[in-house]
Amino acid sequence: MIPSTFEYKKASSVDEAISLLTEDAKLLAGGHSLIPAMKLRLNQPSSLIDISDIDALKGISDGGDHVLIGAAATHADIAHSALVKGACSMISDGAEQIGDIQVRNKGTIGGSLAHADPAADWPALVIAADAIIVMQGASGSREVAAASFFTGFYETALAENEIITAIKIPKLTTGSSSTYVKFSQPASRFAIVGCAVVKNMDEAGEVGNIKVAITGVSEKAYRDHAVEDELMGQPLNQDVINAAASKAASRVDVMSDHYASQEYRKHLASVYVKKALQNLI
Amino acid sequence: MSSYIGQSVKRLEDKRFLTGKGHYTDDIILPQQTYAYIIRSPYAHARIVKIDISAAESAKGVVAIFKGKEIADEGIAGVPCGWQVDFKNGETMKEPPHPLLVVDKVRHLGDGVVVVIAESKAEARDAAELVEIEYDVLEAVIDPKKAAQAGAPLVHEDCPNNMCFDWELGNPKADVDAAMGKAHHVTSLEFVNQRVIPNAMEPRAAIGDYQVATDKYTLYTSSQNPHLIRLLMCAFVLGIPEHKVRVVSPDVGGGFGSKIFHYAEEALMIWCSRKLERPVKWTSDRSEAFLTDAHGRDHVTEAKMGFDADGKIMALRVNTYANLGAYLSTFAPAVPTYLHGTLMQGLYTTPLINIDVTATFTHTTAVDAYRGAGRPEATYLLERMFDLAALEMNVDPAELRFKNFIPAFDGVEQEGYQTQVALQYDSGDYEPVLKRALEMVGYDKFRAEQAAQSNGKLLGIGFSTYIEACGIAPSAVVGALGARAGLYESAQVRVQPTGKVSVFTGSHSHGQGHETTFAQVVADKMGIPLEDVDIVHGDSDSVAFGMGTYGSRSLAVGGSAIVKSIEKVLEKGAKIAAHLLEANPDDLDYAEGKWTVKGTDKSVGFGDVSLTAYVPHNYPEGLEPGLDFSSFYDPANFTYPFGAHIAIVEIDKETGKVDLKRFIAVDDVGNVINPMIVDGQIHGGLAQGIGQALFEGAIYDDTGQLINGSYMDYCMPRADDLPSFEIDRTVTPCPHNPLGVKGAGEAGCIGSTPAVVNAVVDALWKGGFKVKDVAMPMTSQRVWTAMQSETV
Repeated sequence: MIPSTFEYKKASSVDEAISLLTEDAKLLAGGHSLIPAMKLRLNQPSSLIDISDIDALKGISDGGDHVLIGAAATHADIAHSALVKGACSMISDGAEQIGDIQVRNKGTIGGSLAHADPAADWPALVIAADAIIVMQGASGSREVAAASFFTGFYETALAENEIITAIKIPKLTTGSSSTYVKFSQPASRFAIVGCAVVKNMDEAGEVGNIKVAITGVSEKAYRDHAVEDELMGQPLNQDVINAAASKAASRVDVMSDHYASQEYRKHLASVYVKKALQNLI
Repeated sequence: MSSYIGQSVKRLEDKRFLTGKGHYTDDIILPQQTYAYIIRSPYAHARIVKIDISAAESAKGVVAIFKGKEIADEGIAGVPCGWQVDFKNGETMKEPPHPLLVVDKVRHLGDGVVVVIAESKAEARDAAELVEIEYDVLEAVIDPKKAAQAGAPLVHEDCPNNMCFDWELGNPKADVDAAMGKAHHVTSLEFVNQRVIPNAMEPRAAIGDYQVATDKYTLYTSSQNPHLIRLLMCAFVLGIPEHKVRVVSPDVGGGFGSKIFHYAEEALMIWCSRKLERPVKWTSDRSEAFLTDAHGRDHVTEAKMGFDADGKIMALRVNTYANLGAYLSTFAPAVPTYLHGTLMQGLYTTPLINIDVTATFTHTTAVDAYRGAGRPEATYLLERMFDLAALEMNVDPAELRFKNFIPAFDGVEQEGYQTQVALQYDSGDYEPVLKRALEMVGYDKFRAEQAAQSNGKLLGIGFSTYIEACGIAPSAVVGALGARAGLYESAQVRVQPTGKVSVFTGSHSHGQGHETTFAQVVADKMGIPLEDVDIVHGDSDSVAFGMGTYGSRSLAVGGSAIVKSIEKVLEKGAKIAAHLLEANPDDLDYAEGKWTVKGTDKSVGFGDVSLTAYVPHNYPEGLEPGLDFSSFYDPANFTYPFGAHIAIVEIDKETGKVDLKRFIAVDDVGNVINPMIVDGQIHGGLAQGIGQALFEGAIYDDTGQLINGSYMDYCMPRADDLPSFEIDRTVTPCPHNPLGVKGAGEAGCIGSTPAVVNAVVDALWKGGFKVKDVAMPMTSQRVWTAMQSETV
């Protein structure tokens, strides 16, 4: 469990980190995915750029219509933030369900998003929240909608020389509510199925807008439009929920492993979509 | 007078453990120490075509690189097996060599191929990357039953059908089958007792230290069994003189059986150190531990149990394939045979029993004793059959057990109970444990609740009433059964001149709390304060001899040896006291640390007698000075703890997730010295046994890759997976050892597993899904799948 030799560099600013970010370098924030991979020599970066102490990446602040979460905020910071809870409760509830206490105290939202583990919790949460991922590179800053950020299996829209600096979580408007439910893999406690939902009811008491995002099921977290289509314009009752839940994971390739076959995982997706929607009745 | 025995004295060793001051093998850093990294096979079965170490040899910090051939060329064949089981036809079991590093072929994932030794751990690891090994990958066999079939790939060319041995115990098959044919009901079940990986908190480590100036060797090793390691390594592996070798097992962070055995790495470190004339340290990392610590269980079994119309068992017939892995580990042959077949009587009066075991080699990590070792597999079999039979016959599983229990016997007034499978139980009173467990669970109320359940969950209850053979073991008996060692224990009680007492025990504590429990025994028996007693273990230079700790033997065997030595100390002490008191030794009473002349107030204290023994100015004529006695204790029989465990589970119908709601354990481990420590042993054992039922299990693919060789995939039980255990005890003293103790280390792990599985099967059955079995570990997927296919 000894990594190969690497150089350790501590960055004191985002600009410095970007300037150090050469091809073989890796960013170190919480290190909870990177360090084990390095110890197993699955990942052998030439240098580690420690960004865990850059003030500009820390903190959670009120951005008016959104909450601005620094990329180096830990899962625990977010879980315990009253600001986040008030803006979109599933974000703090979801953060509380990640890993265990040690992981939550060290792991960061930015690190998790950049790693894009297909079974991580954050991807579903930021997609359902319609969050904006803020990234910075040598040529400046840009923003990408969470729904476009995850491009494949452990792949994101992040360019090689870019750093995630912040995540903007829109505040839920009146009449909106959110929830996150998860069926965990018992050993790793990553999601076999994680389902995040933000819904808004219109004046007629019908679903006006809904975002159902699922992680753990396919090669990347995704918006489950098959479920959403069943719900739009419908009252949120048990029959509607059952019909919508039965469509879960029907338009994606479902993953399989020894804890959950394709068939079982697809079934769990339906069960957890149902549980999520029931939470919002 | 008994002021410590029976008290929950806080563990004396915990100060160092809880403050991070424990001293483990990897904490030892010797002058000039080098570091070994072992390059291991990435394949389960392959021929080695070429090994190129040229680039690695010149890498920074490299001291030496050795291959298996260099060791074999010195005539070193490898590590031996300590237990011989013969084929039914009388031929000796197959004992293929188990080399320290392989020469031309790897036989399991993780088999050692090359050792790289460098000035630092990191340099050894880096240099290992530069070693090029070319493999010709061969087909592998993983399953113990498939391994015995014609055409299966051979693990060892000279072991046809991969057979190590076949073995049978009990009544003639024809008699058993005839009774089965007349049975009113026959319950039959095919099941797998899956392979588990021990996962001690401290990974194994070994340091070999050869000192050329004195021609002496020291092996530091994370072992449960230092003296036996020394004997096996000196006499059977390296051919080095035993009196020149010291083996030290310092603090050891858990073993669960996996650190009983003599491992290749231990002899390899000594061999390397002799070559280099420098200490060489190897510390397993966690990934390596998954691949190289001996695994546990791995039986594939078919069983039949026949009952008469009244529900009395008429016959039991068992056929087991036991997976031994690629090589024979130290005690591997004993586990599926004499620690498994001999327990087929359970707590029941079954008149006819036959068990047939076929032990095979496969391309997997060696399998050997793991907490309970054979007895959990036996208990699993019997108790699964019992609850299933109750469901099939629609009778109450508790009632079915009461009907079949062996009647109470104390082993003193009444004889021990002779089983159909070789053992004679020492003492037992089985009804009270189950009665107490039923009372604790609130059985009638539970059944009503279960019938009324309607919230999308399925409630189930599962039973397990077990017996185990512990206090291992009478040497002559195990010798007749194939053990190549005696299983006595030694103890030396050395009274220092000031009356302080050092006790040297051959038992080894690696979490059990011997330093406290043994001190309680010594302090009470000698009438001295607890703080005047020091327990020394784990060093062959200070402890005369030892057979180590496993099989719940430490207190029953090691503790008894201590008691024998104390008796000798007090007998001699009485002579000295009599001299000082000018009385006859027979006229003295010993109590509360002093000898008193009966009927007078004339007395002399233990401290004065101790001092006199070492300053013998005024001293009995002809008596040797000193107060220091050694004893060996060889038990007359095994001990037989027993108990009743009950699990209550709730299954989520939608997901199949099993929630263990309650766990009740009533155990009888004989007399109890420290109730808190016994509770702790029971708790740990329960977690481990429940872990096997619900979470743990090695998964090999067809090529022999271990799919779940890390904590990301291999699920260990965690505190939040378990309810607060509800435990109680009955006490049936052991009639044949001086403390009346039976042993508590394995009970929790032996009894608990089938209770949980039975509870899940009960829940499913009562919910309308008449499944006979859910394979362990009972993951949500497996339970859900059972509910999809077996709907009634």
